[in-house]
Amino acid sequence: MRDFDYVRPATISEALVAAAEPGSAYLAGGTNLLDLMKGGVTSPERIVDITRLPELNRIETLDDGGLRIGALVRNADLAHDPAFAKAYPAVAEALLSGASAQLRNAATAGGNLLQRTRCSYFYDTASACNRREPGSGCSALGGENRLHAILGWSDACIATHPSDFCVPLVALDAVVEIEGKQGRRHVTLEEFHRLPGDTPQRETVLEPGELIVAIRLPAEAASFAAHARYLKMRERTSYAFAVVSAAAALTVRDGKIRAARLALGGVAAKPWRARAAEAVLLGADADEAAFVRAADAALADASPPGDNAFKIELARRIVVRTLMSALAGTPALMPALPASPFSSLPGVRHDA
Amino acid sequence: MTVRSIRHGDASDGGADAVGGRLSRVDGPAKITGAAKYAVEQQLEGLAHAVLVESTIASGKVRAIASKAAEAAPGVLKVLTPDTIISLRTASDWFGTPPPDKPYCPLARDITFSGQHVAAVVAETFEQAVAAAALVKVSYDETPAIVDLSDGKAGDGIPVDAMTKEWGDAQAAFASAPVRICAAYNTPREYQAPMEPHGLIARWEGDHLTVWEPSQWLDGMARTYAEWFGVPFENVRLVSPYIGGGFGSKALALGHGAVAACAAKMLGRPVRLVMTRPQTFTGYGGRAATRQTVTIGADHDGMIQSIVHRGVNETSIDGMWVEPLGSVTSIMYATPNFSSKQNVVRVNSVVPGAMRAPGENPSAFGIESAIDELSYEVGIDPLEIRLRNYAEQDPEAKKAWSTRQLREAFAAGAERFGWARRTPEPRSMRDGNQLIGWGVAAGTYPVRRAYGEAIVRILADGSVEVESSSIDMGQGTYTILAQTAAETVGVSADDVVVKLGDSRFPRAGVTGGSRLAGVMTGAVHKAATAALDQLVGLAISDPRSPFHALQANTLVVANGRITAPRGDGPDVSISELLESVGRDRIEAVGDTMPANSSAEDRYKNYTTIAMALPHTEGDYSRHSWCAHFVEVRVDEDFGTVRVSRVVSALDSGRLYNPKLAESQWKGGIIMGIGQALLEEGIMDRRHGRIVNNNLADYLVPTNADIPDIEVISVGIPDLHSSVLGGKGVGELAIVGMAPAIANAVFHATGKRVRDLPITLEKLI
Ligand SMILES: Cc1cc2nc3c(=O)[nH]c(=O)nc-3n(C[C@H](O)[C@H](O)[C@H](O)COP(=O)(O)OP(=O)(O)OC[C@H]3O[C@@H](n4cnc5c(N)ncnc54)[C@H](O)[C@@H]3O)c2cc1C
Ligand code: SF4
Repeated sequence: MRDFDYVRPATISEALVAAAEPGSAYLAGGTNLLDLMKGGVTSPERIVDITRLPELNRIETLDDGGLRIGALVRNADLAHDPAFAKAYPAVAEALLSGASAQLRNAATAGGNLLQRTRCSYFYDTASACNRREPGSGCSALGGENRLHAILGWSDACIATHPSDFCVPLVALDAVVEIEGKQGRRHVTLEEFHRLPGDTPQRETVLEPGELIVAIRLPAEAASFAAHARYLKMRERTSYAFAVVSAAAALTVRDGKIRAARLALGGVAAKPWRARAAEAVLLGADADEAAFVRAADAALADASPPGDNAFKIELARRIVVRTLMSALAGTPALMPALPASPFSSLPGVRHDA
Repeated sequence: MTVRSIRHGDASDGGADAVGGRLSRVDGPAKITGAAKYAVEQQLEGLAHAVLVESTIASGKVRAIASKAAEAAPGVLKVLTPDTIISLRTASDWFGTPPPDKPYCPLARDITFSGQHVAAVVAETFEQAVAAAALVKVSYDETPAIVDLSDGKAGDGIPVDAMTKEWGDAQAAFASAPVRICAAYNTPREYQAPMEPHGLIARWEGDHLTVWEPSQWLDGMARTYAEWFGVPFENVRLVSPYIGGGFGSKALALGHGAVAACAAKMLGRPVRLVMTRPQTFTGYGGRAATRQTVTIGADHDGMIQSIVHRGVNETSIDGMWVEPLGSVTSIMYATPNFSSKQNVVRVNSVVPGAMRAPGENPSAFGIESAIDELSYEVGIDPLEIRLRNYAEQDPEAKKAWSTRQLREAFAAGAERFGWARRTPEPRSMRDGNQLIGWGVAAGTYPVRRAYGEAIVRILADGSVEVESSSIDMGQGTYTILAQTAAETVGVSADDVVVKLGDSRFPRAGVTGGSRLAGVMTGAVHKAATAALDQLVGLAISDPRSPFHALQANTLVVANGRITAPRGDGPDVSISELLESVGRDRIEAVGDTMPANSSAEDRYKNYTTIAMALPHTEGDYSRHSWCAHFVEVRVDEDFGTVRVSRVVSALDSGRLYNPKLAESQWKGGIIMGIGQALLEEGIMDRRHGRIVNNNLADYLVPTNADIPDIEVISVGIPDLHSSVLGGKGVGELAIVGMAPAIANAVFHATGKRVRDLPITLEKLI
């Protein structure tokens, strides 16, 4: 039996001390970590269960108008918080398009950021994988890679980050609040995940033992509420990861785009902020022509590492459609099929 | 999912308890509350746990197995390898063909597919076994593998002469036909993916083996275990109270079962072995990948002159699986000239197996797509062209249909769906970004008939007990046998207890090919009739009976009470009658075997499929039929397809319980939606290894993928097919769903997808 220590700290500082031991892992909802342990993909020697840390499960409005989401807030609780869903509809829609109701009830905000890739070879311990076993090679290159990255990949790893939640968050300038032995620091979500380069095993800027305590959204993130959408292309309507997804948020006045945010999911090892596209949009007429130009800019650097060239064209089309639907305005009610291109279909039930 | 059903033609005006009534599943409450105990949930004293170690290469030889570390790991009781496992005998196949006299080893030295069992670790706990299994290091001498049908090394395969069907001169008629279409249709490897993974508990007591295992065929599996271990059939007991889905995959004893039973014997302890989800993708075969070419020659009115069909399915390196690809092709439409041939191609895969409507399912994808293509070629409505070529008799067997309500199915489905409002041009219906398409396709499945045996007891408290070694994997055997016994004896279904899933009960053949309901309702009906006759006989003739003085010829038993036909005598309950005549039970065995059957015939009937009656036996050709009408919406930019409406009209003959039949049909339709849009085993072509071997990556539909489904029964009782008039239900409805969806996608987009599944990159 693979033995491991299990500790359940009562405070953040106890947690940091407990996790200072090499080979430690924090346990939040466990929906990803436990699967990986059962599959022999990771074998931590010490599990530091943070689920009892009381201060981490709050959603707080900050004095400057920003929002602070505790790392342990469950994905479902966040998505169904009425004030949250109203102010950040694209984030709520992204959350509800992810996983299944049961998983969303268990999964935490912090865990969602740190979920590992769904690359099949990463899960198959009989296959070479640089991310799991540095230096062993990348089985996906030259293998089955239909769903892999089209941006920011390297020869060492072509995997994608699978989170939906992170996509609108990165578009809205979210910041990750991190607690470590050195104290607290803040990193933008855009800088939080790393591209693989030569070290795909280093997925984020977190140092060993560091704890995510919260995710912050700045005050202006709520200013997009009227024109913010998330669209997720996936093979089945629920309980599937994105083939490609996009989050768009616009401020439109007099037919002109005054502010624009755009990010893509399922395309890279991190949630992909499309800054070049935002530059194209800023000040442009709010119309399809501008959105097509923006899509071209967003995908200008894309290239397929294998059999996934279709994702580039698909991503362009998704960018255009997401911007169109953001322009059309956030719907008053959460669609029955969140983030689906079929979300407007009548007669479809919510209980997917 | 919202599902609406219409009652139509359900051939019965009885209450819910009677045959034909809409009684809810009697096993439902136990399953919903968790009280239902599945096979591997048995708690046994001294249970040990086995975990399999599988090959990571697809072709080659095991050079060495390093097991020292595993043996030394905590809790480990034994590491089984080809060298240490006890030797078994080869068992006969499911036709009962005598096996070659050679040993059988369920752990392989010669590797023919990735995921083959090479070793197993048995430990005190499951966790210890898992951890130790990871320590077993296997080294190989690897040789190049044939990954799949498209592998350059695969070749054309081996002709299967038994599959050849020919009449007229199909090639010549095709050559001279004014309209010709020719296309190739492919279906990928698909998996049954039952919720309950395969597994078992094996326990030896002396030379008696008890196996708790989900099983679609207790007697067949018991025979295999008996033959492997060289013990008498009677010494093996299979117990399988509930089955969490099989779809064809739980009919045979498999290698993992042999490993567990060996481990139990070697350790002298009961052993549990449950496959991991990934192992369920290689521990047994899913549906073989198939390739078909269908050529149709027709005249300008769409009348078919010739069909030439060529099919190929994959099989394993040393096993033989034939997926009969010409089965629907040869009977769906009238054609004066026909030719169908089939090859099998060996690839480095586990031997494929039965999966919902094996043969008919991919076969229908070919012919039902091809006739759709023909309809556009000649400019005739896809429904109309099917009616023009309607086969009035079995074109292959040249026999009358026992019943064929397919025309009625087309009519009822079209009416309900609103087919007449369809605009014929592809891409002619849309709603914003969504292209809308309407498609139709037909399906069929033969009526497989066999024999069954049951015991019916009328007990002192007036209740009725039914026992049979048949099984219920969710299709409703518990329920319909309760209804059959209730109606026949004259009690309420609440007073019937049905016991299934124990090979010590009276015997039954395989639950597969939609045969069980017809077989077992017949057997229970017979046994219950015999029990009723005894009951009435006692009541009339026993001097202690209150009816004795009446000198009646017969009595009426209804609602658990016995009365005289004219109501002029006593009125007593069954239990009162039994008490008055001093009996604690009445018991009758019924079987549907011919009267002069020998013990050997009976054994063969229940433990092999060699005795099954051909569906074209005698004067008739017997089949179930269906017509599916499907609406799809395709997002034009993204190529994503959503099935937004389904209306299916089905002819399964008489329905023993319409509610359960409708559930099975809807299940088949849903599985067909998965097959059309989602399901595909994806191989790593370098390693011959399945990549999406879990339920997050191997996609089956979720509720959110399923629209309104309306099913309409158009069947009439078919007494050539079964004692009570039913035909097959379970396999039927998936047949034709994939082509109906592909046809609707063509109507929506103008793109013909001939390769399943229809994924978005095939449409953008
Ligand atoms: C079948 C399935 C389908 C899914 N589908 C989707 C989908 O469609 N879209 C989507 O976005 N996600 C999907 N998910 C992923 C799911 O969202 C994640 O598993 C979940 O968000 C992880 O959160 P958790 O709290 O359970 O994390 P855990 O599993 O507890 O932890 C994950 C990782 O984060 C670390 N960690 C957790 N919290 C902290 C912290 N506060 N500080 C530092 N480290 C921490 C852990 O050590 C671990 O390494 C799916 C998951 C499954 C199993
Ligand atoms: S893509 Fe990355 S995660 Fe996948 S096999 Fe290659 S290195 Fe591993």
